[in-house]
Amino acid sequence: METAAAAGQPVLKLTGIGKEFGAIRALHDVDMQVFPGEVVGLMGDNGAGKSTLVKIIAGNFRPSHGEVHFDGNAVHFHRPIDARAVGIEVVYQDLALADNLTAAANVFLGRELTRKFGPFALLDHKAMAARALELFGELRSETRPHDLVKQMSGGQRQAVAIARTRLSNARLVMMDEPTAAISVRQVEQVLSLIHRLKEQGVAVMLISHRMPDVFAVCDRVVVMRRGEKRADKPIRDTSPEEVTALITGAKEAA
Amino acid sequence: MAMPLESPISFTNVGRIKWWRRGLFASQTGYVLLALVVLLIVMHFASQYFFTQGNMQNVAKNFSFVAIATLGVTFVIITGGIDLSVGSMMCFSAMITSMVMSGLSTPGMLGAALFVHMADDGKTVVANMPGLILIVSILAGLGAALIVGLVNGFCIAVLGLSPFVTTLGMLSIVRGLGYVVSNGRGSFPGGPDADYFYALTSGDVFGVPAPFIYLVILAVVMAVVLHHTTFGRHVFALGGNEKAAELTGIPVARVKIEVYVICALAAGLQGIIISGWLGSAPANMATSYELNVIAAAVIGGANLAGGGGGPLGAIVGCVLLEVIRNGLVLAQVNSYWQQALVGVIIILAVLVDRIRSRVT
Repeated sequence: METAAAAGQPVLKLTGIGKEFGAIRALHDVDMQVFPGEVVGLMGDNGAGKSTLVKIIAGNFRPSHGEVHFDGNAVHFHRPIDARAVGIEVVYQDLALADNLTAAANVFLGRELTRKFGPFALLDHKAMAARALELFGELRSETRPHDLVKQMSGGQRQAVAIARTRLSNARLVMMDEPTAAISVRQVEQVLSLIHRLKEQGVAVMLISHRMPDVFAVCDRVVVMRRGEKRADKPIRDTSPEEVTALITGAKEAA
Repeated sequence: MAMPLESPISFTNVGRIKWWRRGLFASQTGYVLLALVVLLIVMHFASQYFFTQGNMQNVAKNFSFVAIATLGVTFVIITGGIDLSVGSMMCFSAMITSMVMSGLSTPGMLGAALFVHMADDGKTVVANMPGLILIVSILAGLGAALIVGLVNGFCIAVLGLSPFVTTLGMLSIVRGLGYVVSNGRGSFPGGPDADYFYALTSGDVFGVPAPFIYLVILAVVMAVVLHHTTFGRHVFALGGNEKAAELTGIPVARVKIEVYVICALAAGLQGIIISGWLGSAPANMATSYELNVIAAAVIGGANLAGGGGGPLGAIVGCVLLEVIRNGLVLAQVNSYWQQALVGVIIILAVLVDRIRSRVT
């Protein structure tokens, strides 16, 4: 959605972010903006600083330098839960699902709905299943709320993990290698899930090694190398060849 | 990039799992329950004494003596932990309960003045409400268990020690404390409230043994807690994927401490009930019971890797072990075979489950 950038305020704005671990400089002076309804691909080789950047945004690390603004306000996260409270969700590579529970139970994990029975609060299974079915419907995923996650395909698991972010009405969803370990057909499903998030005005940050996926769904690509941002351009102004050159360092910056 | 179709979702692509491959039917608990039913039928034909009222009461009583503790340890096993200190805990709790009971009933002992006084003719007289000593002493026994459970939970959840090592240490510590406080002699419930104590622990209601009634009530409560409360959901999540539980904001440390406390309290209650049946709390009471309790839980389908188990499985496991023991006695088989057979059944139960999960 090329119009997204013109839509005004960025949902996430990083200015001069730096991070040192002892003598190691993991990130240096990174500026970046993400707008609502925009899908940004974050690419880079191992050790380029992608995960450090993601962990700073998600509240796992505090930056050594620089400022994080979310929705126009400066934010300082101490723990991941602080980031979730303002509307930043991460879909982890291993998805963080409990296999022995149902899809609905996983979507509502840690945020269970309850009903009062006298002095006791009991789980409201019906309401949770209904809401989970609604979310799977929004995501166009053929997932039954009552099925156990261990019996599901990779694509369905992704849908469960993404439905979890929709539950909290996240403004920014960061996805860590969502297409790394699943079949071709399921990759298609995941990419369409990302389109669904975008349609709902959610900003998505896609951390991926897979060039075709990034070029299929992203509006913009950011390339990291050795802790610095080397490129940040609309996807239509670049090519897989150029991005590869930026990642490997064959081309210094664009 | 193919855009998804704008039609209501159908589940045509996603098959439903057949009913006999879901829920209880596909669980180890289901298989063991089936095995139990078969065994009961075989026993009925093998021995005319098996289904007599007396023998049934006996079986119900005997398995209730381990089943309450099994319910408790099942909580811990579902989270992927283990508690080896339950046997020692049973003894310690029972010992504290009977020591407090006799202490408070003996004029001149610390605190006893609040509860009893010596009459002119040298008899002790209850100073206030009858039964109060009983309540205080049971609370003392459970309080001791609570403290041990908290220590277990703290070491495991906060200090990050392994459950196996922590509770193995606690097995020894608590057993040792039992010998220390009793000087190795054990203790006896005594005083004016001892009759109430025996009635509550080894009495019966219309022929149903009291421990069995407690067991049924606790099992129902446990089923509701596990499947219909947030806490129960978190217990399962912890056993399924601890990292996921943490990432979704579940208070992992608190849930862990809570399950070890529940386990300790169940073991303590179990010990108090056993001491009522024995009429004393000897210092070597319930030695190695932790193995019976864990075996029963595992046979009933609790998964030692975490994430599976429930009250029905715990009870089925206990009943199966007791029926086999009872059956061997009725069949006049040397009772030393029992222990070997229990081991075989543990391995068989887990093996059947493994084969099934390979097939499907």
